[in-house]
Amino acid sequence: MFRTLFSRFLQGLIVLFVLFTITFFLIKALPYGPFQSDKAIPGHIREKIEAYYGLNEPVYVQYGRTLGNLLKGDAGASMRLEGLPVTDIITQAFPNSIQLGVVAMAVAVLLGIPLGVFAAWKKNTVFDYGAMMIAMIGICIPSFVIGPLLAEKFGRDLEWFPVTGWSRSSPLSWILPAITLGLASAAYLSRLTRAGMLETLSQDFVRTARAKGVGELAILTKHCLRGGLIPAVAYIGPAFAAIISGSVVIESIFAVPGLGLHFIKAIETGDTPVILALVLLYGALIIVANFVTDVLGVWLNPRLRSSR
Amino acid sequence: MAEPALALLPLKNPVSNPVIAVNVSAEQGTSLWKDAARRLKKNHAAIAGLVTVTVIILACLILPSIAGLLADPNLQNLPNKNQPPGGAHWFGTDHLGRDIFSRVLFGGRISIAVGLITTFVSITIGVCWGAFAGYCRGAVDAVLMRIVDILYALPFLIVVILLGKTIEPLTSKLTEAAINLVAGANADSAQVNTTRTWIEPITTLVPLFLAIGTLSWLTVSRIVRAQVQNVASMDFVEAARSLGLGHLRILFRHILPNSMGPIIVYTTLTIPGVMLLEAVLSFLGLGVKPPNSSWGILIEEGSNRMLSNPWLLFFPSLFFSLTLFSLNFLGDGLRDALDPKSAKD
Repeated sequence: MFRTLFSRFLQGLIVLFVLFTITFFLIKALPYGPFQSDKAIPGHIREKIEAYYGLNEPVYVQYGRTLGNLLKGDAGASMRLEGLPVTDIITQAFPNSIQLGVVAMAVAVLLGIPLGVFAAWKKNTVFDYGAMMIAMIGICIPSFVIGPLLAEKFGRDLEWFPVTGWSRSSPLSWILPAITLGLASAAYLSRLTRAGMLETLSQDFVRTARAKGVGELAILTKHCLRGGLIPAVAYIGPAFAAIISGSVVIESIFAVPGLGLHFIKAIETGDTPVILALVLLYGALIIVANFVTDVLGVWLNPRLRSSR
Repeated sequence: MAEPALALLPLKNPVSNPVIAVNVSAEQGTSLWKDAARRLKKNHAAIAGLVTVTVIILACLILPSIAGLLADPNLQNLPNKNQPPGGAHWFGTDHLGRDIFSRVLFGGRISIAVGLITTFVSITIGVCWGAFAGYCRGAVDAVLMRIVDILYALPFLIVVILLGKTIEPLTSKLTEAAINLVAGANADSAQVNTTRTWIEPITTLVPLFLAIGTLSWLTVSRIVRAQVQNVASMDFVEAARSLGLGHLRILFRHILPNSMGPIIVYTTLTIPGVMLLEAVLSFLGLGVKPPNSSWGILIEEGSNRMLSNPWLLFFPSLFFSLTLFSLNFLGDGLRDALDPKSAKD
């Protein structure tokens, strides 16, 4: 166990290093920089700005310096939001993103997996088709349509939940954004759970269990759920990372002060320190999420522990 | 084509193989595919899906090609703007007076092309990648999956911006080459122009296909890997190995067919994903150029006016959802039909 953990930790460091390198040179290849504005900046001022940020040095020197600073734990300051340290941006916005992501993922798992199990159990009946239709609605209607509709109905008309005014301490304000963000993943999860459960339900040991008179509920939950969840669990890791990093639309609909908007703005302006820090943060998140997924996968299928 | 025919030969010629002959007389010469087709026919939801999706695809392919049948999808008619559905405009008109019915059908061509081609690319890459990682395990698995981790975390937006910048000049070259190829080197300008009208929309989509196809296979590979790991640990794989079968044969003939369920399901889930991704990329300037359109773009435009002019959102969404619902039920039906174990039900 410790060997696996250590090995995956080293692999994670390599991934982050490669990620840093590729992203750094991608940013340098962008056709624009952080100090472009409608008004032409006079040449000598531009030179001063570039010298201040070290942008006039050769690219490999900039690369080495940025890497060195990051290793020392210094992520630098934003170029767009002048002088604001990157660590401040992250400590302000990341907790909101994480919280929204966790609640949205909970919505997805609690909605999607039971729906998928139910559909597989009632395979090819009206209930199955109904459940899968609900799932497909979640997939076919994009969040930029569902979000405003939910806000209009449950926020403005019924006034059940606040539309804007995200606050980390008031759960009511989480509901609408989390549902909007989690709905598509819930739909994916239910489809994948159904597929996995059907695969497991058609195996011989299930027939044996039925012949022995085991109840349907016990067959579903005790015999089949572990095997049936394998595709769904493999999806959860990537989905969680995508939910955390891909919430820009939801952030702007419900005015959530998260990282997504910072990320887009940073890319639009070529704000190197912010882009690098956020890419590395998302990268770390993906590495951890996929590692947890792999551990869960082994737990779901004990045969993977011993084989080879 | 030659190989399947040879493989079927013993079945069609029962005298050559008495053991199979017994089976044939009992089952009236069914093959795996005939069997699957028979099971598929019994599945009403799947057949309804197949019919619907065929009708929509044919409508999008044929109706716009008949000259004079549909209004020009890009013709602006400002006095006629924001008309609700009815009369001359079945699906109404948008804020520039363009006919939504013909915009939906013309846009459907692009969306269906994008959906099918990029899904094919992404599923092919994803399945192979995930299958090798899941089957080989160990160091190969680690390297393949860490590459996936890196690609997940790369800032997609920057990649798309750079791809658009570097590929734009190449696409115009590609367009010229394709026109030369089709119209012939010494075609007159009229011929070149008519060829251009249908070739240009296709070649300008190539960067889009590349961008979506290369970036949307990551999750497929993770799911296939988990599934292959699971199936590879089953007893029949052990049996196949003890019979001396090669790794590739075990992987592609025994493990993958038994992992088909989640793969088919994820395929039907990838299609709507890439269709909506196309709208985002087109918005960023990589893909469909205005005034041309697609379902994704129409849905995005419609969502801006969904409370005042709901038909702008409703009709594109209807076609989009109907296609995906149908593909979905067709996919489920195919999964059931291809699964020999479901023959017992």
